[in-house]
Amino acid sequence: MSADQPEDGALKRFSEALREFYVAPYRRAFAQARRDEEDLFMLLVFAESLSIPNPSSYYTLEMMPVLYERFHDWHRRMGMERSPLDHVSCC
Amino acid sequence: MSAIAMLLVGLGALALGYRFYSKFLAERIFRLDPEFATPAHTLRDGVDYVPTNRFVLWGHHFTSVAGAAPIVGPAIAVIWGWGPAFAWVILGTIFFAGVHDFGALWASVRSKGKSIGMLSGSYIGRRGRNLFLVVIFLLLLMVNAAFAVVISNLLVSTPTSVIPVWGAIAVALVIGQLIYRYHVGLLWPSVGGVIALYALILIGSMYPIVLPDAVFGLGAKSVWILLLFLYAGIASLLPVWVLLQPRDYINGLQLFIGLGIIYAAVLIASPDVVAPAFNTGLPANTPSIVPLLFVTIACGAISGFHGMVASGTTSKQLDKETDGRFVGYFGSVGEGMLSLAAIICCTAGFASLVEWQAVYSAFGSGNVTAFVNGGQALLTSGLGLPANLGATVLATMAILFAATTMDTGVRLQRFVIQEAGELSGFKVNTMVGTLAALASCLALAFGAGADGSGGMLIWPLFGTTNQLLAALTLAIISVILIRLGRNAIYTIVPLCFLLLMSLYALVVQLGSFYASGNWLLLGMDVVILVAALWVTLEAVMAMRKGREGASQGGRAEAEEG
Repeated sequence: MSADQPEDGALKRFSEALREFYVAPYRRAFAQARRDEEDLFMLLVFAESLSIPNPSSYYTLEMMPVLYERFHDWHRRMGMERSPLDHVSCC
Repeated sequence: MSAIAMLLVGLGALALGYRFYSKFLAERIFRLDPEFATPAHTLRDGVDYVPTNRFVLWGHHFTSVAGAAPIVGPAIAVIWGWGPAFAWVILGTIFFAGVHDFGALWASVRSKGKSIGMLSGSYIGRRGRNLFLVVIFLLLLMVNAAFAVVISNLLVSTPTSVIPVWGAIAVALVIGQLIYRYHVGLLWPSVGGVIALYALILIGSMYPIVLPDAVFGLGAKSVWILLLFLYAGIASLLPVWVLLQPRDYINGLQLFIGLGIIYAAVLIASPDVVAPAFNTGLPANTPSIVPLLFVTIACGAISGFHGMVASGTTSKQLDKETDGRFVGYFGSVGEGMLSLAAIICCTAGFASLVEWQAVYSAFGSGNVTAFVNGGQALLTSGLGLPANLGATVLATMAILFAATTMDTGVRLQRFVIQEAGELSGFKVNTMVGTLAALASCLALAFGAGADGSGGMLIWPLFGTTNQLLAALTLAIISVILIRLGRNAIYTIVPLCFLLLMSLYALVVQLGSFYASGNWLLLGMDVVILVAALWVTLEAVMAMRKGREGASQGGRAEAEEG
């Protein structure tokens, strides 16, 4: 933080410092909530592959490639050491 | 004696401590390196590891560690006179808390931001980690029960605080919505929130709310305790952004404002300290000053909880290692300042010695209530506030601190219960975990004494557990220093002192609980005593091993962490 900015900048910086003060302690809680939500979404997209009937499969199919990259972390988080799907060979 | 003299001597000593002792620690013992890449940079992930401006980080650290405890402890302990409490707070902050907080932060920064719990695993072994979990659980259990009782006592003794205390929840809810849903900048909601809070305090001071003497056969204090736990249970289940986050934030701001108000009032009112420096006319049944003083004032002189904050979150956000001196050491100085303010309120806020003695007529009788009443007199004469407005301001301040700690405490306790359940093969869902946490706290608050008076009896036990945690942290810092081949005397001396006082206090209290037939607290005391002996044993073994490690070239290994 440099002190040679105009008044307006000082107020803005103060407001930003306050935001940091507000946000920082809860970053982890938010990241976890977001991950939980994404995990659920992952389950929806891969439902048919995991033999859970899912009427929206037709629509979520095109999401699969996007989510492939995160699949490895997901199945490990869900307590499966190895990939449960034959056609996804991440590990 | 003038309170201003006490204030200046205290602040002066703290300033010298920061200026010289922390500099010595930073340069000679911890050897901070401005070039060292902190975990906030090397492991940067935008979530836990974020380099943060040191003033903001200090603000966080200070507001996370400062709560109601640095007020309650000194408020009880001035019964032995202001001298011992003052000396322990000031010397404790300089030579105990400062080293401990700063050291925990340093140790964690040098170990990839690992928490003290993890470090106790790597430096003491698997047993160290279990020991840590046991101590934490005991600490959380006692803090929730004790704070519920503190709050309910204040709500009954200062009924004008009822409206602002519960109204603050509404203020927090509105701020949370504004920021989360409408992405408003932080400045104006903060200003508005503080104004709204003080408007509520003003309204509350005009409309006190007193509960009827008996509701369903329960006294007013019991009803408040039940309501508080009901609230804490609900608050701990809500998404954090709804209530906890804005509430924490407003409390943080309120802490700075409150401290400012008290210090300004003391400077303007310039009251005389009416309490004796050493109380020779102690009420009957007051426990001996040694060792009880050192466990009654935990937060404010040294508290293990700080090490958890320093190593758990603060270390992951430290931008430069050299910032650690300001964030860690000055964080504990901030807490010492809060305790100093509490001591002044409880000793200088009374008209005469007789009046003071009437309040401190038994051990534990003058606690936060004395802080509120004494502080009110100072605010009235210093800032010209109407009498009950001053009391409302202070009671609200103390309650909000305690309540935020409870919210978080119940949440953390739920996590511990869920984790323990998982270890033993049960899946504990959120609801069951929360109910179990609440049930154990309620059992302790009511089981230790009728009408929730047990909460105050467990205060010294809470302090003892807190000191044990501090001792565990100091032991780990000492082991690291020994392994690095540095002088560990500055952590070992406080460590030995703390262990000695904790063990001594536990034995003394064991006797008094046995004499009064309080079997629940007797059982707790025994459990904590076992934990204390365990900590002592592990500390000695780890240090002996560390010395061998240091001579066998474990130096390089420890340096890499």
